[in-house]
Amino acid sequence: MVTIDAAERQTETTPRPPRRRGVRETRGYRAFQVVNGIILTLVVVVTLYPFINIVARSMSHESYIITGQVNLVPRGFTLDTYQLLMSDSMFWTNYRNTVFYTVTATVISIVMTTCYAYVLSKKQLKGRGALVGIALFTMFFTGGLIPNYVLVTSLGLKNSVWAIALPNAINVFNLLVMKAFFESLPTELEEAAAVDGLNTYGILLRIVLPLSKAIVATMVLFYAVSFWNSWFAAFLYMDRQELWPVTVYLRNLIAGATGAENVGAISEANEVQAEATLKAVTIVLTTLPILLVYPFVQRYFVRGIMLGAVKG
Amino acid sequence: MSTTTTLPPSAPAPETPTPNRPPRAPRQTWRRALRRDWQLYSLAILPLLFFLIFRYLPMLGNVIAFRRFQPGGNIFGEYWVGLRYFKMFLNDPTFWNVFTNTLVLGALTLLFCFPLPIVLALLLNEVRARKLKRFVQSVSYLPHFLSIVIVAAIVMQLLSMDGTVNQLVRAAGGEAIPFLQRPEWFRTIYVSSEIWQTVGWGTILYLAALTTIDEDLYEAARIDGANRWRQTWHVTLPGIRPTMVTLLILNIGTFMAVGFEKILLLYNPLTYPTADVLSTYLFRMGFASSNFSYAAAIGLFEAVIGLILVLSANQIARRTVGTSLW
Repeated sequence: MVTIDAAERQTETTPRPPRRRGVRETRGYRAFQVVNGIILTLVVVVTLYPFINIVARSMSHESYIITGQVNLVPRGFTLDTYQLLMSDSMFWTNYRNTVFYTVTATVISIVMTTCYAYVLSKKQLKGRGALVGIALFTMFFTGGLIPNYVLVTSLGLKNSVWAIALPNAINVFNLLVMKAFFESLPTELEEAAAVDGLNTYGILLRIVLPLSKAIVATMVLFYAVSFWNSWFAAFLYMDRQELWPVTVYLRNLIAGATGAENVGAISEANEVQAEATLKAVTIVLTTLPILLVYPFVQRYFVRGIMLGAVKG
Repeated sequence: MSTTTTLPPSAPAPETPTPNRPPRAPRQTWRRALRRDWQLYSLAILPLLFFLIFRYLPMLGNVIAFRRFQPGGNIFGEYWVGLRYFKMFLNDPTFWNVFTNTLVLGALTLLFCFPLPIVLALLLNEVRARKLKRFVQSVSYLPHFLSIVIVAAIVMQLLSMDGTVNQLVRAAGGEAIPFLQRPEWFRTIYVSSEIWQTVGWGTILYLAALTTIDEDLYEAARIDGANRWRQTWHVTLPGIRPTMVTLLILNIGTFMAVGFEKILLLYNPLTYPTADVLSTYLFRMGFASSNFSYAAAIGLFEAVIGLILVLSANQIARRTVGTSLW
């Protein structure tokens, strides 16, 4: 479908020669360029506006929000609500949970995915087709919510990090990306290492993985973001508030669930600041880590998704 | 998508090794393969256990759709009840409403979220200023990285009575509308938020495919007198067709599972008439009404239709345009 070559060209900074230079442009095409510029500006505005709006709301005084006066800039500027949320110990407990779940689940996923992808990349391995098929089939047919729930519950994984990490240990798309990468590595080094007496584990750890830092980093990002963002598994399997990740904290806040007792406590403690601002602040503080790392990691994601598109 | 289902070589004639196989393994028997590659196979054990337990066991767990199930009892149910639960939901008017909603939301999503990334990619491709292009790309990818909870929260804030959308409505002289309580608005809200979240990220593969189109083809088209529009129609679009077909098939594969988590976060009893889909309905049947077998029957129904859809889409694509996933 797409070659690695193209993927690299897209992400690297080598400038693409401007297409069709030197050809006299028609008036129609110049008009198109103007319209195109307007459309793309609109895309940027529509994409960014919600973020700006939320930040503005989070720093505004409640009275301006509920009268519908906040859009681009904060009205009645105040950071009190930030202080309020940051003083909520449950928010921090849940934030810590998110970090803990993300790290644990990502480590497990990386180990499992790397091992299986390495095995699948060995083209001469007997039974490889079946091993690939076992993984591929699950992309298009799954057991479904209820049997999964019954399984996780009966394995006694409820209320533990395993309920989040184990059922999602291998993402087949990521597996295929890694497999494609391993297949693209030259085999000579591995063969030489084998001649030198290194066993398979040694080859994987000392020869293959050092060559695969880029893809492992991409995989870490893919998994980490998906676990950081996940909420449903925790929502389903974590019965107690102190076990929730921060996404479930936010979910219960916006759903106005009675389970979020602390929210009520906060509102009572401070009559003036109330829900609307608090929701905005929670959204901002939950999104912040992603927004902070996004500019630095975005290109790795792009590269990863295109590696996955390579026809294996 | 990788699809090489190279079946294990079915015992070729002993004395004729296939040319591209390493010479040291003229005939691969299982015993020989295991002795030589046991370390490789050992690496596959944990992942295989994962697939077996967390992917294939739940598939078998679907037998509870045909059996009486008691929470806390046997995970495969207690005794057979045949097609009772299937008959139950086929006679349930709510089910048919939910089924229709699923089809409508799935179709709307496909109608907008499949072609829009192509349009955006084509527009981006015409931008000359590299920095501008990169900026637009970076911005438009951003929503993809947000948790669905955050997206839902943002949607709720924008659509609240005091939110931006209602500010605009009031500015235009209208009455504020409680959008999220109105069933007639749900589909619009769902599809728009889906577009907001996916359109930018969806351009990546198309943009990559666009760079692979041979410049000479444009040159030739120009010499033949084709204007920009015709160049796009006759060179660009055919050039990205394999990408389009692959993504279309993948989109069709998720047709039945329409944004379960997002709907769960955005809907409420007032919007059930348009918002409730198979997956959310079975979620409530399972967890609110504790009717696990009934919910599993609906889930199985959904999964089987999803599988049939993706298989037929793949088959049709292979027959008509010669591109397919496998």
